[in-house]
Amino acid sequence: MNPPIASLPFVPEQASTVAPQVDAIYWGLVAISAVITLGLFAVITCFLIRYRSTSKADRTMERLNPTYLEVTWTVIPMIIFIGLFVWGAIVFAEASKPPPGALPIYIVGVQWYWDVRHENGRREIGDLHVPVGRPVQLILTSADVIHDYFIPAFRTKRDVVPGRYTTVWFTATKPGKYRLFCNQYCGTKHSQMDGYVYAMRPEAYQAWLDAPNGTGQATLAQTGERLFRQYSCSGCHGANSGVHAPSLDGLYGHDVPLQGGGFVNADEQYLRDSILRPGTQIVAGYKPIMPNFQGQISEQNVIALIAYIKSLSSTPNSVAAQPPDQAMPPSP
Amino acid sequence: MSEDASSTIREQFETRSQQEEADSLGIWTFLSTEILFFGGLFLCYTVYRTHYHAGFVEGSKHLYYSIGTINTFVLLTSSLFMALAVHSIQDGDRKKLRLFLLLTFAFGATFLGLKLCEYYLDYREHLVPAVNFRPGDFSHAASAEIFLFLYFAMTGLHAIHMTIGLSALTYLYLRARKDEFSTEYHSPVRVVGLYWHFVDIVWVFLYPMLYLVTN
Amino acid sequence: MNSTSTIIEHAPTGTPPEPHPRKPDYLNDGYGLKSWLTTHDHKRIALLYLICITFFFFVGGWAATMMRLQLLTPQGNLVTSETYNRLFTLHGVMMVWFFLIPAVPTVLGNFLLPLMIGARDVAFPRLNLLSWYIFVFGGLFTMYATISGGVDTGWTFYTPYSTTYANGHVIAMASGIFITGFSSIFTGLNFIVTTHTMRAPGMHWFRLPLFVWSLYATSLILVLATPVIAITLGLIALERFAGVGVFDPKLGGDPLLFQHLFWFYSHPAVYIMILPGMGVVSEMITCFSRKCIFGYKFVAYSSIAIAILGFIVWGHHMFVASQSIYAGLVFSFLSFLVSIPSAIKVFNWTATLYKGRIYFHTPMLYALGFIGLFTIGGLTGLFLATLAVDMHVHGTYFVIAHFHYIMVGGMVMAYLGGLHYWWPKISGRMYNEKLAQFSAAIIFVGFNLTFFPQFILGYLGMPRRYPYYPPQWQVFHVLSTAGASVLAVGYLLPLCYLTWSFFFGRHAPKNPWNASGLEWNETDSPPTRTNFDKVPIVTTKAYNYPYPMTSNE
Repeated sequence: MNPPIASLPFVPEQASTVAPQVDAIYWGLVAISAVITLGLFAVITCFLIRYRSTSKADRTMERLNPTYLEVTWTVIPMIIFIGLFVWGAIVFAEASKPPPGALPIYIVGVQWYWDVRHENGRREIGDLHVPVGRPVQLILTSADVIHDYFIPAFRTKRDVVPGRYTTVWFTATKPGKYRLFCNQYCGTKHSQMDGYVYAMRPEAYQAWLDAPNGTGQATLAQTGERLFRQYSCSGCHGANSGVHAPSLDGLYGHDVPLQGGGFVNADEQYLRDSILRPGTQIVAGYKPIMPNFQGQISEQNVIALIAYIKSLSSTPNSVAAQPPDQAMPPSP
Repeated sequence: MSEDASSTIREQFETRSQQEEADSLGIWTFLSTEILFFGGLFLCYTVYRTHYHAGFVEGSKHLYYSIGTINTFVLLTSSLFMALAVHSIQDGDRKKLRLFLLLTFAFGATFLGLKLCEYYLDYREHLVPAVNFRPGDFSHAASAEIFLFLYFAMTGLHAIHMTIGLSALTYLYLRARKDEFSTEYHSPVRVVGLYWHFVDIVWVFLYPMLYLVTN
Repeated sequence: MNSTSTIIEHAPTGTPPEPHPRKPDYLNDGYGLKSWLTTHDHKRIALLYLICITFFFFVGGWAATMMRLQLLTPQGNLVTSETYNRLFTLHGVMMVWFFLIPAVPTVLGNFLLPLMIGARDVAFPRLNLLSWYIFVFGGLFTMYATISGGVDTGWTFYTPYSTTYANGHVIAMASGIFITGFSSIFTGLNFIVTTHTMRAPGMHWFRLPLFVWSLYATSLILVLATPVIAITLGLIALERFAGVGVFDPKLGGDPLLFQHLFWFYSHPAVYIMILPGMGVVSEMITCFSRKCIFGYKFVAYSSIAIAILGFIVWGHHMFVASQSIYAGLVFSFLSFLVSIPSAIKVFNWTATLYKGRIYFHTPMLYALGFIGLFTIGGLTGLFLATLAVDMHVHGTYFVIAHFHYIMVGGMVMAYLGGLHYWWPKISGRMYNEKLAQFSAAIIFVGFNLTFFPQFILGYLGMPRRYPYYPPQWQVFHVLSTAGASVLAVGYLLPLCYLTWSFFFGRHAPKNPWNASGLEWNETDSPPTRTNFDKVPIVTTKAYNYPYPMTSNE
């Protein structure tokens, strides 16, 4: 990482594709604000000097129609503001929608650390390793209170809310080490819930992924498969099960018909809800017989189960479930 | 918003009509606050009923539908007497005013009494969240518990309002016994009347929301 | 209404004619604690509020000072994280609920609303006194929660942290705020009814001083928004007490529902804080430029527009809180809209200066400071309303700087300005003008030094509520802390010289600024118990300037 040019940084580093776009709006706003503020201050200062109580300035008022003025200074700001709104909204909408094929990384916020799982099973605490030049989608949830995943150099943040998945995506552009913060107050050690994002060249990232710290590891999906048997999910959802339960093959990313009409897209959130609160969204044609797993499976394990269910899917979204050039470590 | 017993126009006002206008506007403004006060709970109810419909149906089935229904009639009747009380004093009939105030009070107190009995029965049935709720009795225990929590929060808040209403009625009755109200001066009766009707209307919404949840 | 009263220079040498020092007024209408604690007089109640609010302001200010000292060094060796979290919670709760929201309405509003509209008192004087008792009672609860260990949730009480995980006396703190809410509601109710029914003959709506309009708009928000926070905090306390999941997702609740309810109140609450300040500024700008306000109706209606629009922008606090993107778009757009009426006010104040006769007395200095700081605060609000930029600066020091520019730079400046402006009326005494001008300047400089560096910190990524931070940001924190100490001096000065002048200042004439308005021309300084000897009859519009401030012009 290059040291900042000036010893006094006024601008945070730009290290993602969205960062220059956000900065463009930011500096655009700074420029507009500066023009308005300085213009206004100049006018006020002129008036203050010219019409100070001791000045002999001409104070006879010409008849002017205030309505014209009022309309002018209502409409002009409104046009500027609507322009700003549109600009900001376009960039935001783009930054909210992950491109297909983004590399998923699962992160659970816990008081007071980040528990990060990569798809090949590599786990890290606190920090985050990502490749540059490839869209990365973070799938975030919390094991306790609301946190917020904030990477200033990427100009992005998202609240990490217990009970639901939030996502945020970025494409890192510059290899380096950047700070990340928890940006939503989460308790005593909120300020220590920080770490670094290591943006790495793809080869270096792959090498990092492949070098497990400690013993051999299962991929996230393999862990999920083990849990799938351990929690007896396979007893009903397995291929040879006698129980009438919906099949999970190819489920992820498809629309599921619901009891009582309507469809729901089987995304991560739906899979999570179906595991933890199966009574709420029943698949049409099935009985609500699935037991409730609320409070019995940790967030980390729910993520592994979802990764496993995603790996059963034939949709292109799950390409990364089995990284092609990965040395598969032996299963435990 | 109470009066000095000695004079019927308070010192800050110029005329009686100004005072009455202030009293009316005051109570209506207060009621708009009350709507939003209950509104927060109604919003929570709506959100969770949409999320957890099954649990709400199940929770509702555990409630004493009959007591709720009887109470609705009791409360509506008390509202009728309240309206009659206001009507009587407008005609200057102080005797009838006292009678109707008493009847309003009696029906209001009956409502609260029945409500307390119902709470007691709920308690015996292990329906009180945080005190003795038994999740085993429910197939949607978590959402039914939220329903019951909202049930106690909403009816409890309503009951507090009823208690305040009964105190206000007592106060009115004591003043009515001293013959302080007349055709010209009875804005306290009107103000308490409006409050009483409001508390009634809240119940009219609570009753179907809590007792009549079905598929 | 053109004044004929004695006209004086503000120069301290000019001894004013003694305005009958023994004449009965509301201050000597009864002595002893009991006569104050049982008073129905809106003016005495305003003073009771003034004392409490000043106390709470300095409690909150003390917490802020401790925080700034902690942040002097990156490793902060003053307090632990736990203490720091309690400090910023205390600072937020005290400042928001016990200073910013009540200050202008309960002190200046209570004192002036009846005087300005020509009434003997508010519509419900006993309710007014009750509001004060409720306020004190709620304050005691909050002080109890603070003294017995404090609360570490932040003033926002975000769930599920506040309901399940937080240590400390959340229930007591939430109850304190719940109780105080009713004080706000009753004050708002009183003001609405007073404005509607107690106006003097001839005082129709478009003759009202703009301060009354802004109080009216504020009262609408007080009445319609406060009950929502009351019930929400009630639910927090109940949930914490009973362990039922209304907001805790582990038990099936929805933490975002809490945020919606919370901001449905807390965003309009921002306008509760700033709107009365805007009214105060309109009074001071007109008086010290000896000119009628430019665009009276636009300024009046913009208050109402702000009150209404303020109710439908709460979602801009939740752009990154997993709210849907479509909701984000709507709230972003509405947030841009709500800035328009504020802009209208700023432009109208500026236009009022045009061809005025401008005097730089202390209240005017505060008013000009308000316009400058509020403009910066408002424009930086646009950054936060812009979705893409909010994605970066949300929850950072940028937000802190932004709302302090509105709250401290705006509201506190207006409050202090108003206090100085009406001090002769409230106390019947004059303060030391030179000292007051000096402290106004100090506050302005200290404020900017404290909060401008925080914009930069926020853009660099410094999150709020951090007692520790990366060392490369230290220089900005040092600047900020230096500014905070200047600001502290600036706030202590008025406390001293205003208190001193209350007892020992020279007597104020009836209308020291030769201002328009019933409170200046129809009542004494200080006013009598019943304000007016006879009900005034209003025949002219508000701000019936120009006439000079001093006789020799």
